[in-house]
Amino acid sequence: MNAPALATQILNLLAAALLLIAFSMLAQRRTSRLIALFAWQGAILFASTSLVGLTARLPHLYYSAALTLALKVVLLPLILRRLIRRLEAQWDTETLLNIPGTMLVGVALVIFAFGLAQPISALATTITRHTLGIALAVILLAFLMMIVRRKALTQVIGFLAMENGLFFAATSATYGMPMVVEFGIALDVLVGVFVLGIFFFQIREQFESLDLRHLEALKED
Amino acid sequence: MELALVLGLPWLGSALLAVFGDARRAAWLNIGMSLATLLAAAALTLRVMREGTLVLGHEQFIVDPFNVFLVALTALVGLTTALFSRPYMRIEADRGRLTPRRLRLYHSMYQSFMGAMLLALLTNNMGLMWVAMEAATLSTVLLVSLYRTRESIEAAWKYFILCGVGIAQALFGTILLYFAAEGLLGSEGMTALLWTHLDAVKAQLEPTVLGLAFVFLLVGYGTKVGLAPLHNWLPDAHAEGPTPVSAVLSGLLLNVALYAIVRCKVLVEGSIHSSLPGHMLMAFGLLSALLAAFFLWRQRDIKRLFGYSSIEHMGIITFAFGMGGAVANFAALLHMTVHSLTKSAIFFAVGHASQIAGTQRLAEMRGMLVISPTIGWGLMVGVLAILGLPPFGVFASEFLILTTAMREHPWATPLLLTALAVAFAAIFGRIQPVVFGETEARPLPHSPALLPVFVHLALVLMLGLYLPPVLAEWYRLAARLIG
Repeated sequence: MNAPALATQILNLLAAALLLIAFSMLAQRRTSRLIALFAWQGAILFASTSLVGLTARLPHLYYSAALTLALKVVLLPLILRRLIRRLEAQWDTETLLNIPGTMLVGVALVIFAFGLAQPISALATTITRHTLGIALAVILLAFLMMIVRRKALTQVIGFLAMENGLFFAATSATYGMPMVVEFGIALDVLVGVFVLGIFFFQIREQFESLDLRHLEALKED
Repeated sequence: MELALVLGLPWLGSALLAVFGDARRAAWLNIGMSLATLLAAAALTLRVMREGTLVLGHEQFIVDPFNVFLVALTALVGLTTALFSRPYMRIEADRGRLTPRRLRLYHSMYQSFMGAMLLALLTNNMGLMWVAMEAATLSTVLLVSLYRTRESIEAAWKYFILCGVGIAQALFGTILLYFAAEGLLGSEGMTALLWTHLDAVKAQLEPTVLGLAFVFLLVGYGTKVGLAPLHNWLPDAHAEGPTPVSAVLSGLLLNVALYAIVRCKVLVEGSIHSSLPGHMLMAFGLLSALLAAFFLWRQRDIKRLFGYSSIEHMGIITFAFGMGGAVANFAALLHMTVHSLTKSAIFFAVGHASQIAGTQRLAEMRGMLVISPTIGWGLMVGVLAILGLPPFGVFASEFLILTTAMREHPWATPLLLTALAVAFAAIFGRIQPVVFGETEARPLPHSPALLPVFVHLALVLMLGLYLPPVLAEWYRLAARLIG
């Protein structure tokens, strides 16, 4: 077996792992476990980006792989862990309603994503083109997680997982965005997490909990 | 040089105010920085008028007739809002709603919000445009929750999550755009996301990919424009944040987001050779205008009322851009200008009016004319202007949009007229007793800054009566650019 074919197979394996993690996030009750899953997603992104960079001989992908490692595997999980420690939320669990139902909706979303990505994948020339459907599926699953969950922290992890899916789409459909844009996006994500950190304390100060069910005062009457 | 100043001054201001934002003269520093930005924007505008479209800074920035008028408008409203916010925030601080730390946050974030919007307008790179839009959201999230009440935190959370999800869709759209262009323009030179380069090759871009990209971009940036059914965050954020923030959200941010959509529409329409993007804009626009007009009836909070009015007007502008063509684009650009000026003037008046009444509830606000004739008349004249009464500028642009719709899409005319009539009845009926009527409330401790209100309204009146030839020519150039 030649090297590019092997690389393609490894990439497909990594993509499948990414999808699997997106599913287990849907069913995970413990906030601290969710952060670990998010860090794993980051690690897979790091591996896949460096592998694509290696096979396609694109040095700028190394930078974005390094950025992913620093930001998504180390920095963000660190910030999130410190946050839940300071909020004393590390043992929090969430009651999830109807996990099988959510999973079925998730499966439907994956099929939809593959259908949508089919015509575009056919046009791609990159070695990773078959993974665009998976990237879109990860985005939609994260979106689903944000809809069904009611805890502020979980919604944010869903939001970050969605960004992971977007990043994977950028490396799988194209060979990564221009560096300026990637730095900008990374900066926005980092600032966003800081803003949210401040925000969690504001929410807890006012509502004594991070449960979003309390945030229901503003309705059309 | 002018470009560097326009982009750099607000960020410098943000850094300075992050340190000195709670000083006694911080509000003046805020005004000074905004004034300097406006002067730089004016210089940039003059240069573009003299030299035509400029592409600067390794092609990363573009200044053409379309965005330079929005840059000038953004800088102008930025200055007048800073002028308004000085006495407004002083009264809020006196009433104990703000601590010095929050005031510092407010001043610093205000400037970084202006900087992010100007960057989004001026960049030639579709990816940087996305980054700047996200930065604008992040700057305003903590401003919406500035009062730390339960409602304001809820509004800010909703704003962050909805706009965050929306803007993530826009990022996917941008990735698809890059994917379509990369094959043609190559990935080494970093030109595949530059609007000018994309515009040059738009006829060869893959139509299926661009069509899909446009759906994501429209939904993503459309959330920020407040297009129905993605508008939920807008009334809450407007009602619960401090009034200067409502004024810049309505007057500026919505325009900038719509600007991003129109830039994308130009590319997509050139690629798929059909009017599908235009029709999508028309559908979203009409739905927003109609839905917002009917929701206006149910509002009890004065700032929510005008938040919904902004959704209605953005709907009308989106509809006009959707129709396309020289006249409709001209009208849409004019409407962007007059809506932004009028709506921010209304929010200035509303801000002081609700400070007098001590509440934002419409039922408890009465008799502004008795307490302060200037606030009362400012509010009344602003409302008449926004409702599209002649001789104000809003009448001129709405008239142009309606006549174009009658000629090209007759089916849409009754819907538009219904939206306008329903909005008229709803807003006029609610504001009339607020202005006239009896009251026992007391005047404000500090004299309010009402100069911005009357400057804005005078400009809107002028645009209705007489459009200076320079400005008309400028709008025409921009309208042609959009196609």
